[in-house]
Parts: sequence; structure tokens; C-alpha cells
Amino acid sequence: MRPFAYVKPADVTAAVRAVATEPRAKFLGGGTNLVDLMREGIERPDTVVDVTGLPLDTVEELPGGGLRIGALVRNSALAADPRVLARYPLLSQALLAGASAQLRNMATVGGNLLQRTRCPYFYDAAAACNKREPGAGCDALEGFNRGSAILGVSESCIATHPSDMSVALAALDAVVEARSVRGTRRIPLTDFHRLPGDNPEIETELALDELITAVELPAAPVAARSRYRKVRDRASYAFALVSVAAALEVRDGAVTEVRLALGGVAPKPWRAREAERILLGGPATEAEFRRAAEAELAPATVRPANAFKVNLARATIVATLRELTTGGEDG
Amino acid sequence: MTEIRMKVNGSVESLDVEPWVSLLDALRERLGLTGPKKGCDQGACGACTVLADGMRINACLALAVQYDGREITTIEGVAHPLQEAFVRHDGFQCGYCTSGQICSAIGMLAEHAAGMPSVVTGPGDRELSETEVRERMSGNLCRCGAYNGIVDAIMDVAGKDAG
Repeated sequence: MRPFAYVKPADVTAAVRAVATEPRAKFLGGGTNLVDLMREGIERPDTVVDVTGLPLDTVEELPGGGLRIGALVRNSALAADPRVLARYPLLSQALLAGASAQLRNMATVGGNLLQRTRCPYFYDAAAACNKREPGAGCDALEGFNRGSAILGVSESCIATHPSDMSVALAALDAVVEARSVRGTRRIPLTDFHRLPGDNPEIETELALDELITAVELPAAPVAARSRYRKVRDRASYAFALVSVAAALEVRDGAVTEVRLALGGVAPKPWRAREAERILLGGPATEAEFRRAAEAELAPATVRPANAFKVNLARATIVATLRELTTGGEDG
Repeated sequence: MTEIRMKVNGSVESLDVEPWVSLLDALRERLGLTGPKKGCDQGACGACTVLADGMRINACLALAVQYDGREITTIEGVAHPLQEAFVRHDGFQCGYCTSGQICSAIGMLAEHAAGMPSVVTGPGDRELSETEVRERMSGNLCRCGAYNGIVDAIMDVAGKDAG
């Protein structure tokens, strides 16, 4: 691994100051992605600022029933939090569907948001990848792209965002809090990750010197009835081919509230707003679920190897919504 | 160089490490604890699994400097009924993954006892079924394919714990 300087600040002020004057610094959380990328030579920081000593590892109540999740809460701890299990079961399910138990014990919430793609060409230094080396081209376009994205892609990049947790957060209208020497700002999760366009190397709205300090979940009674469903090549410990995060409220046979987000199909956690628009107020029937899914997936750009994802995503959306309607009626 | 102190298998160890040295390399190369294995060195196989303050982690993705002041247990520090159960149930063939499997299983049983849910756990489901064991142990690969024996060994010990 390429040598780097290591600092471990004791408070947030010192942490953001440590990167303010050092453009080639990286924050280090659990290390499950960054250490691997540094070993591969893909991430090459001069300074690593270890933030795991900062007091950002608690989950706190927000007025009105929401939760404020510290950026350093471990994925396993968040998945087991009784408040998350009761109010946002899709978030717990998404976390538990990701990685392995060992990795979940290490990985932090802030780090999970900043995970980089597992596109094989991004990891292969001998391959062309615009994300790794802007302007180099994209070998995935005509290469092994079975796992690649179908929505929100560009001719520069078709890599997927790998996080399960972020898909659930997109459905929950989560807000990311970021701190720098310039102050604190709040970024809606659905605006936090960027689509590749001509600059796939820029993946989030976060500036180089900003530290994620928390993720806030607004109260969402609809999420008490929610589900994260992940389809993958093996039963456990694999990235999603397609995943669906959904919450649904049905009254008198009509959809009164719905949240829907997709994973494994786009370069960012994909909030399915078109499908939500179609579903809201309409009958909670399988035909409507299918119509909404088809509308969401209509703009898909597919390649021969990943064209199957359209059918798979449609079927998984329908199955997840059906499960939420047949699991017992509310009200 | 950074000086770190860790309690490893019960004894306090003080060592100087460069910040880019992984916990796995520190254990194997500096402390001579070769029980934790370097399989993939990228967090995919679980052969390097150790316990940090009782929680299972992949030592290959951990920088040693991050574990300053922590308590680490490797297979060399383990004396657990799982070890005999792995022998009894043929829970290995070549043995390369075994130290990671056993450390992981110890961590897994503690997680389950503490109420950690899994993606296959239904509401109120407290029994450690075979399905649960397979899901909760999915971070440990065995390329010999001794999975049936591994699951039997863990179920054997878990059943006794419960009884």
C-alpha cells in the first residue's frame, strides 16, 4: 500500500481542520472499502484522517418521532436498533442484506454512503474507466456488463451504486448532515449522490473537505409497514442485481401513501418517483403495481447482458408491493 | 511509525507499525500469530476473521493503528467447544478457512444471543435454525465445500448452549 500520513483527531472541529488545508486527504471510517481501494492503488491519499474516535456513534430521537443517526454508528448496530426495527424495518432489512456480518460490524453509516462502485473495470487498473481515470473511456460499455446500471446512465459510465442501506434511506427522505470549516449543511439523500453524466469521477455533492456527521430520518409512519427485497446471484453476501425498498399504506383498497426506491439498477440510489406518482391515489392492485413499475423502467438503457434487469426489477417491484398489501390490512 | 498497544489473546502487546500495516499483517508478521489466514486480502473470504472486543471483524481490511487500545482474540487465544465440534463433524478438509470459521462462529453465537437480527429472521423468531446459521456465517467461505460439517458443528454447540 502506498505510504500515507495518519492522524486521529479527537473532535469534529479538529477533523475538518485536518482536511481543510490538505486536498489529498481522506477520512477513514471502518475501512471496509477505503482500505481495499488503497491497497489496489485506486485511492491514493497523502493523509488519512481516522474519524473513528469522534463522538458520532449514537442514534438519537428527533422531535416528532424521527431519528438522528451518527455517521459512525456501525451498520450492525443500526440494523439491531429497536427503534429502527419498529419504525423503519426496511432500513434494518437493507443493512442486514448487505455485505457479511464481519463487514457490518466494521462499516459505518457515513462510509456506507460513500462506498464506491464494484464495477470490475473500476477495480482493474489495466482497463479503461472514466470514473478511475477521467477521459480514459469505459470498458464496461461493450464488456462484462451483466451487473451494470440501466437507469440514469451515460456514455461515460454505467456503473451501479453498491449500497443497500442508501436505497432504504432514499425511500425514507433521509437528510445527510455534513460539516466543514465553512459550517454545517444538510443535503437530502436523494440529491446527495450524483448521476455520472460526463463526470463519473464525481459521485456525490460532498466537497472534498466535508465530513458526514449524521443522517437524519424524518418521522414516517408509513415506514412501519415496509420491506427491502434484494435479488442477487447467491442467497447471501453478494451485491444486488436488483433491490426494492418500499413502504405502502392502503385504505379502502386505494394507495394513500407510498415510498419506492431501487438498488442495483442505477449509478445512485434510485427513488422511483414516477412509479410513486402513478400509484398514489390509485387502486392497490397488481395491475397498477405493474403499470407503475413499467413507467418507472420505461427510460431504461439496456445492453444485451443486462437487459434482464428490466423484467427482474418490474417483477421485484410488483412482488414487494403485493407482499405489503397482503401482509395484513391497515386501518 | 506509530506505537500501538493491544491486548492480544490476554497479553498486552506493544508494537511500532506504519499506518498502512493491516491488523492481519501485524498479527501474523509482527506477533507471529499465523492462525488468522490471508486468503483474499480484500474482505471477501473471511479467513482472517478475528474478534475485536468480542466482535468478529475482517483483520485484512483493518488498519492496525485503528485498533490501538483494543482487545483482539485470534484462534490461538480460543478454547471453545466449537473446536472439538469441528473435528467431530468434519467441519473442514484443508483447514485453511477453519480458524476464521471458528472465530466467526464464536462472534455469531454472541450476536445471536444478544438479539442481533438477520435478514432471514422473522419477527419474534429466536431459534438458531440451520438457515440462520448459513446466513449468519455467509462471510466465511470454504472452498473445500465443508459447509454441511461446519453448520452441523455450529448447530451442535449452539444446541448445547441453549440447553
